[in-house]
Amino acid sequence: MSFASTQFLAFLAALFLVYYAIPQRHQWKLLLAGSLFFYWFAGWWCLIYIGVTAVTTYFAARKIDALARGQEAWLREHKAGLSKEERKAWKARGKAVRFRWLLGCLLVNFGVLAVVKYTNFVIGNANAALSLLGGGQLPSLPMVLPMGISFYTFQAMGYLIDVYWGKCPAERSLGRFALFVTFFPQLIQGPISRFGDLSRTLYAGHSWDSRQIAMGAERALWGLAKKLIVADRLAIPLRTLVADPERYGGVYVLAVIFLYAVQLYADFTGGIDITIGVARMLGVQVTENFQRPFFSKNAAEYWRRWHITMGTWFRDYLFYPMSVSKPILKLHQRCRNRFGRFGKRISVHTCSLILWFVTGLWHGASWNFIVWGLLNGIVIIISQELEPLYDKFHARFPRLKGSRGWDLVQVLRTFWLMGTIRVLDVYRDVPLTFRQLGTVLTGCRPGTLWDGSFLELGIGGGDWLVAAAGAGAMLACSLLGRREPVRERLARHSPHLAWGGCVALIWLILIFGVYGIGFDASQFIYNQF
Amino acid sequence: MKRNIRAALLWGAILCAGLWLLNALFMPKYMSDIPEGALIAEYYREETSHDVIFIGDCEVYENFSPDLLWREYGVTSYIRGSAQQLIWQSYYLMEETLKYETPKVMVFNVLSMKYGEPQSEAYNRLNLDGMRLSPQKLAAVRASMTEEESFLSYLFPLLRYHARWDELTGEDVKYLTRRDIVSDSGYLMNVEVRPAENVPAGRPLGDYSFAPACWDYLDKMADLCEKHGVRLVLIKAPSLYPYWYDQWEEQIEDYAARRGLAYINFLELTGEIGVDFSADTYDSGLHLNLYGAEKLSRWFGAWLMENCPVEDRRSQENYARVWNEKSAAYAARKERLEAEWSGKNPA
Repeated sequence: MSFASTQFLAFLAALFLVYYAIPQRHQWKLLLAGSLFFYWFAGWWCLIYIGVTAVTTYFAARKIDALARGQEAWLREHKAGLSKEERKAWKARGKAVRFRWLLGCLLVNFGVLAVVKYTNFVIGNANAALSLLGGGQLPSLPMVLPMGISFYTFQAMGYLIDVYWGKCPAERSLGRFALFVTFFPQLIQGPISRFGDLSRTLYAGHSWDSRQIAMGAERALWGLAKKLIVADRLAIPLRTLVADPERYGGVYVLAVIFLYAVQLYADFTGGIDITIGVARMLGVQVTENFQRPFFSKNAAEYWRRWHITMGTWFRDYLFYPMSVSKPILKLHQRCRNRFGRFGKRISVHTCSLILWFVTGLWHGASWNFIVWGLLNGIVIIISQELEPLYDKFHARFPRLKGSRGWDLVQVLRTFWLMGTIRVLDVYRDVPLTFRQLGTVLTGCRPGTLWDGSFLELGIGGGDWLVAAAGAGAMLACSLLGRREPVRERLARHSPHLAWGGCVALIWLILIFGVYGIGFDASQFIYNQF
Repeated sequence: MKRNIRAALLWGAILCAGLWLLNALFMPKYMSDIPEGALIAEYYREETSHDVIFIGDCEVYENFSPDLLWREYGVTSYIRGSAQQLIWQSYYLMEETLKYETPKVMVFNVLSMKYGEPQSEAYNRLNLDGMRLSPQKLAAVRASMTEEESFLSYLFPLLRYHARWDELTGEDVKYLTRRDIVSDSGYLMNVEVRPAENVPAGRPLGDYSFAPACWDYLDKMADLCEKHGVRLVLIKAPSLYPYWYDQWEEQIEDYAARRGLAYINFLELTGEIGVDFSADTYDSGLHLNLYGAEKLSRWFGAWLMENCPVEDRRSQENYARVWNEKSAAYAARKERLEAEWSGKNPA
């Protein structure tokens, strides 16, 4: 059930009406039932996968929590009779037991994710290697990826690790925990919420709040407008440009970089706006996932502002633990001894590259994503290494730093750099992507931009204008909403503006949305991850 | 709380009014182009009842002239025809018509028996968009939808026609709330002449049987007419193409005999009627032009008077007033179209 479907609208309307009609103490139960129904719609078999994750994580977390409490209580009771070393040894033993539970659960859940997502990728690579050696071929397996598995697995595992670290207590109710894992607005494309954040409003009773509902509806409609008016409209010329790379090289590749950046932004932030808006209509606060990423001045900042919850997940649960792990500490020691000051940074960069390798792999089982991830890591490492040079440059031209012109240069540079790396998402394979990027230098004919060729890519002049107006509206909202979102500011002036905004957005979506016969409302791009 | 409810009601009303306006604006008007799309809705503007209702595809709305039936026989009739009308659409139109009036005779053209499945979204729209919202319309939509279509878009046509935003013209504004009359009691007049030459023979088919669904709907039509005391007459219009196979003819003849229905295949009567396919067709034999349609109607009017319980109503004031106006419009249209056609063919 896509967010951009009439089934979803009908489902949401029914759920919404019942939600505010029943006693507040039962609201979370309705959300759970609704979420399971939503997930069942994608295929009953998907419920088995998410059920395994919810149940194993729930029991593992409860066990880890109980062990920690039991060990603490025992220690408090016997503190007087134990020496410092004995206490330390006791703690270490307890931690090892808890770690075994953690590891077991992580292996089960990441194992399931790895099997369904990467088996055929591994088989494909094995076949490529075998064909080089003149061997036979392994058959690929009929794997179907359960909806949202990458998102809910990471969310559940984040919770488990938090429980293990003692950052949050284990949830006592299996039903409530299942709701945390399956909460339908964020099930298919995130954000990857933390238990501590989401649980604050997820289980509470919510009374009717017209303002919150209007604001939530407006945000969801804004997201739908981004998706249906901009993203799905740009998807049409993009499909044409990517389908025939031989014909569309040079300046068209620059167009792909630009258009895909806008399309992905409209698609992904549109989906997240719907998620956050729908949750808000139900009284639930979901973490923001974007912070005006296209205004970033460098790659590291961009990744702090784009898909924030994924970035922080990898940072907190992979990068930090990996940085203080024994092998990395050993590497750090060795490199420092051997290479001095630069050597100190080798271990950090190694962790960075591993992080970006995994991030790429998380996005998809293909070399395109792996190379995409690694390139992001390399760009960030290079910019960190070049920092002294930048400092020298700014010392030479002190008026440049902080000036609007220089900020704009940095923003545009980051936009195009990130966009160039991102085209690995769209072309068939890595060599083709680099070949296409090469044509920008070897076969760029700028005249194509204004000789009418772009009107032959599947959409006409009017559609280009609508897409440009939509992208312009997104840009304006980003510029004006630096401190506070535009819709919040307008609604403060008059509550009528929130309702008026909803009505205007409905009209715009109905008229200019790309849907109906002849158009397939495309799946949200991040659904596939 | 009261203020919130007032605001919600206000904005709800604005939303609905806007949606109504947008629906009206974006619906194709079928005034200057594809007038076939306007035929179904025109029926609701009829002021008097009819003794004969024609139901079917282009072979009825292009081949029969209700005006001639009135002028020469005093028979009141109307054609509820539309392009590639499928048999289930004909059935539901028949059912809907019987809500408004009970004619003496229903005439159904059997060509649509050849289509056992939904065919094309474009034709569905021409047939169904004009119907008023009713259980019959909903049933017709359900029966007609191709896989790509959505039921909701028949209730809110904006969902289908929103992509016309860059095709809107002054006509869409001009006809926002009203329509001109494009037909003469459902007859779409054409005075052009394009003789039938080299009419292709039908290529052999693997299976000549009509689909079970078509028989079901034909049965339902017969039952419906029987229930309402309406005489159902089956016809096959004298169109040379699409080809009408002997095997199809046999099946319809058998069916008509079995159900005690009249069946007239005009293809076998063209000589008697006087249809001349070198002068009486505007598209090489697919449809008759005005002159052919009047010949056919003249013959059929006589048959109706002889075989059906229809009456000459020319002396009845309420009918005469309406039909004389219609005749005047018919004559004016004929004159205008003939002048246009002579302009195109000065010889």
